[in-house]
Amino acid sequence: MAALRMATGSDNWFSALALGVTLLKCLLIPTYHSTDFEVHRNWLAITHSLPVSQWYYEATSEWTLDYPPFFAWFEYVLSHVAKYLDREMLNVHNLNYSSSRTLLFQRFSVIFTDALFVYAVHECCKCIEWKRASKELTEKPKFILSVLLLWNFGLLIVDHIHFQYNGFLFGLMLLSIARLFQKRHLEGAFLFAVLLHFKHIYLYVAPAYGIYLLRSYCFTANKPDGSIRWSSFSFVRVISLGLIVILVSALSLGPFLALNQLPQVFSRLFPFKRGLCHAYWAPNFWALYNALDKMLSITGLHLKLLDPNKIPKASMTSGLVQQFQHTVLPSVTPLATLICTLIAILPSIFCLWFKPQGPRGFLRCLILCALSSFMFGWHVHEKAILLAILPMSLLSVGKAGDASIFLILTTTGHYSLFPLLFTAPELPIKILLMLLFTIYSMTALKTLFRKEKPLLNRMEKFYLLGLGPLEICCEFIFPFSSWKMKYPFVPLLLTSVYCAVGITYAWFKLYVSVLTDLPVFKTKKP
Amino acid sequence: MEKWYLMTIVVLIGLTVRWTVSLNSYSGAGKPPMFGDYEAQRHWQEITFNLPVKQWYFNSSDNDLQYWGLDYPPLTAYHSLLCSYAAEFINPDWIALHTSRGYESQAHKLFMRATVFIADLLIYIPAVILYCCCLKETSTKGKIANALCILLYPGLILIDYGHFQNIYNSVSLGFALWGVLGVSYDWDLLGSLAFCLAINYKQMELYHSLPFFCFLLGKCFKKGIKGKGFLLLIKLACTVVASFILCWLPFLAEREQTLQVLRRLFPVDRGLFEDKVANIWCSVNVFVKIKDILPRHIQLIISFCFTFLSLLPACIKLILQPSPKGFKFTLVTCALSFFLFSFQVHEKSILLVSLPVCLVLNEIPFISTWFLLVSTFSMLPLLLKDELLMPSLVTMMAFFIASATSFSTFEKISEEELQLKSFSISVRKYLPCFTFLPRIIQNLFLTSVIAMVLLTLMTVTLDPPQKLPDLFSLLVCFVSCMHFLFFWVYFNIIIMWNSRNARNQKKLN
Repeated sequence: MAALRMATGSDNWFSALALGVTLLKCLLIPTYHSTDFEVHRNWLAITHSLPVSQWYYEATSEWTLDYPPFFAWFEYVLSHVAKYLDREMLNVHNLNYSSSRTLLFQRFSVIFTDALFVYAVHECCKCIEWKRASKELTEKPKFILSVLLLWNFGLLIVDHIHFQYNGFLFGLMLLSIARLFQKRHLEGAFLFAVLLHFKHIYLYVAPAYGIYLLRSYCFTANKPDGSIRWSSFSFVRVISLGLIVILVSALSLGPFLALNQLPQVFSRLFPFKRGLCHAYWAPNFWALYNALDKMLSITGLHLKLLDPNKIPKASMTSGLVQQFQHTVLPSVTPLATLICTLIAILPSIFCLWFKPQGPRGFLRCLILCALSSFMFGWHVHEKAILLAILPMSLLSVGKAGDASIFLILTTTGHYSLFPLLFTAPELPIKILLMLLFTIYSMTALKTLFRKEKPLLNRMEKFYLLGLGPLEICCEFIFPFSSWKMKYPFVPLLLTSVYCAVGITYAWFKLYVSVLTDLPVFKTKKP
Repeated sequence: MEKWYLMTIVVLIGLTVRWTVSLNSYSGAGKPPMFGDYEAQRHWQEITFNLPVKQWYFNSSDNDLQYWGLDYPPLTAYHSLLCSYAAEFINPDWIALHTSRGYESQAHKLFMRATVFIADLLIYIPAVILYCCCLKETSTKGKIANALCILLYPGLILIDYGHFQNIYNSVSLGFALWGVLGVSYDWDLLGSLAFCLAINYKQMELYHSLPFFCFLLGKCFKKGIKGKGFLLLIKLACTVVASFILCWLPFLAEREQTLQVLRRLFPVDRGLFEDKVANIWCSVNVFVKIKDILPRHIQLIISFCFTFLSLLPACIKLILQPSPKGFKFTLVTCALSFFLFSFQVHEKSILLVSLPVCLVLNEIPFISTWFLLVSTFSMLPLLLKDELLMPSLVTMMAFFIASATSFSTFEKISEEELQLKSFSISVRKYLPCFTFLPRIIQNLFLTSVIAMVLLTLMTVTLDPPQKLPDLFSLLVCFVSCMHFLFFWVYFNIIIMWNSRNARNQKKLN
């Protein structure tokens, strides 16, 4: 009885929150799952039944292994549990196999590995300090932050409905951020290096890590005006950092280097043959660019400035082709996107180097890196927005300005995930969960910062409220209208363009706040 | 009320859980020729849409009463008719006469689930929210926590959204809750109207009718039966009669019609109990085969006597001292008496007891939580048959966590908080060492939880011995029945000692 009292006492809100969301995840097991389910099943089969040398060559299924080696090893470990449940799922030739045991095993593997995420959230809550703590539990920043992270709408639908293993990966990332906040730099660097070898999408935020560790860890002191003191450079620290990164990379890539397979591994990891945009345009700069191109070509046709015969057919009939051909504006090459991304990242990196503001500044830079690469990257998935949303949650409970950016970013970012779930039974779930998260984040942050000016101005409120009618148009009215046959891509196009506006705005606002909000350094002191 | 948004969140959580449970299987999915309750509901839509009102309850070539004939009151039939119009709009195949029998498809399942969802959203959930907001002497936080727990009660969710009962419990219970609300806050006419609607939706609501009757009668007596009280009595009688006539209007024209409906509603020839149900008769039947020994009319008389005697004390008490609090507790004991002793009880009828228990959740969280868990557990065989094991476990745990954290249930186990203070004091007059009651109850709780977990594990993993194929489901019923008897005694004690407690407090003040 005493144990029960301990476990369920009113102080133990964190375990209640975590358990609650875990139970919700269990309820989501019978929902629709995307082809990613088959992808991961196939990887289980590949890693289980083939020798390591074959892993990155196997191509029976179209879903070849295209994550870094640690993830393959992770699947390998999982497969050794899976073999006790259903051996059939471990057969490479058993394409699209999904028995109920396979389903349960895969779903539960996601739920169990999320334990790392829960732990990371717990650590994050500990390491962020608060000035004024309210007595009311539901108004404590810690409580709000853990709800925002644990019950994150995007993570729920991407991992537990759509099916992916983002939970524990983001757990690693948050944990490494928490370690940096706790001044345990080497541990943080180690965790991030491991993370990179689990999923290479985190390369987007690697610049922030690199610069921050170099600037704030390798240089042990600053001049009084905050600029760098070159003499304080610590070789020991650089070498230990380097050793960590090299050791982790050796552990991961070493076997493939020995097998002389590195080029093959890299060609799988970075498939530049895919198009500029994913099937559904992620709401980024290129979505706006494409939409502008389409508008220009339509007006051009109307005004007879363009010759209809010269226009590539595909671009006019559908927005769903992978290779989008621009008609008016110049086409975009991978190199161009890379340059754009670099240019977009640079100012934030400079800021991190010249005006270091401790871990908080690092976090801002990390978010800007994630957002900038989301904005300008090549073949970006809409899911990548989570890379910015989750760390942004950490910032949002700290300052009113960040909270308002967070609200715009999450609401539009989450809405842009809606097309991932297009089946009818999941429609109520996504709307309910989205409302749940959005209403909570809006009101909780509003009460947290009630003494300051309103978080959203009139225009922003209007924009966010516009998502409601947009949803009604796209999912309730459009399917019954006559346009459905003629322009099937219109809902997706509208969604991605509408969300792109919001995300661009949030990115811009965050950038402005980072560049203008310079720290009041010790210069004022005599 | 700054925390209104939390109430919205709570409702959204409740709705999300409901919809995710509804993605699971339903009763009789893909099991011809009779299918299950899901098919019954669809069949009623077919009947009510295609046949004139006069033929709904009669056997004919178009309406085979052996195949899920309509056996619920008119309001259910009207609701089916309403749903059938929506079905006709979406896909007429769903309700085509004869040809649609056993129709199953993903889209149709979605439609049926949506009808439950909408009915729930319109009737049950607003009643719960209003009830929680009207709670006296409770902080805003307490109200919200209470709403969360009531909305997460697993039994109702699993039966309505998983099993798909052939009648929407959320509607009948929702109307009953509106009735409770009305009567408790002195909107007597509206309350009795809502309750009449509940009875006319599902005759099982009669389990709740006696407390309503006694409470209202008690109120009339309190106001003076010769003056204002009489006026109120007349008004109430008019309301009840009028609402009944309104519901039964199409069937009142001919005597034969009315009688046929009544015959369909109360099928006395179906036996003392069906399947396995956690009441006295089924449990006794394990040892003595009363079903075979006694003739049917004697069974009927015995069960009537037992039911009547078991609910008499609480009802008399309520007439003499009508109070909203006593009313809620009487609702619990009466429904429980009916469930334990009456004729032809279904295992799902335990929901009728659970609703009033939900209403006393904030007063005695420990016992109520325990009861609500046991009530869900008692339906385990049914839920297993429908392949609802996973959602049952998950929702039960969710409910447990919600109630444990929001009420700190396991800290509220003193005599005071179990409302047993006055009872213990009066026992102590004769037995001075009677101080161990809370400890006993705690130990009982632990034993019961362990027993439930073990039984669930056994049912799921072990195969029953060949001679006794129903061993586990009988065990589940027996164990639950023992629990219900204990709860019945407990709630009766509370009712009987309630007013003294109140008087004592007044004295203290």
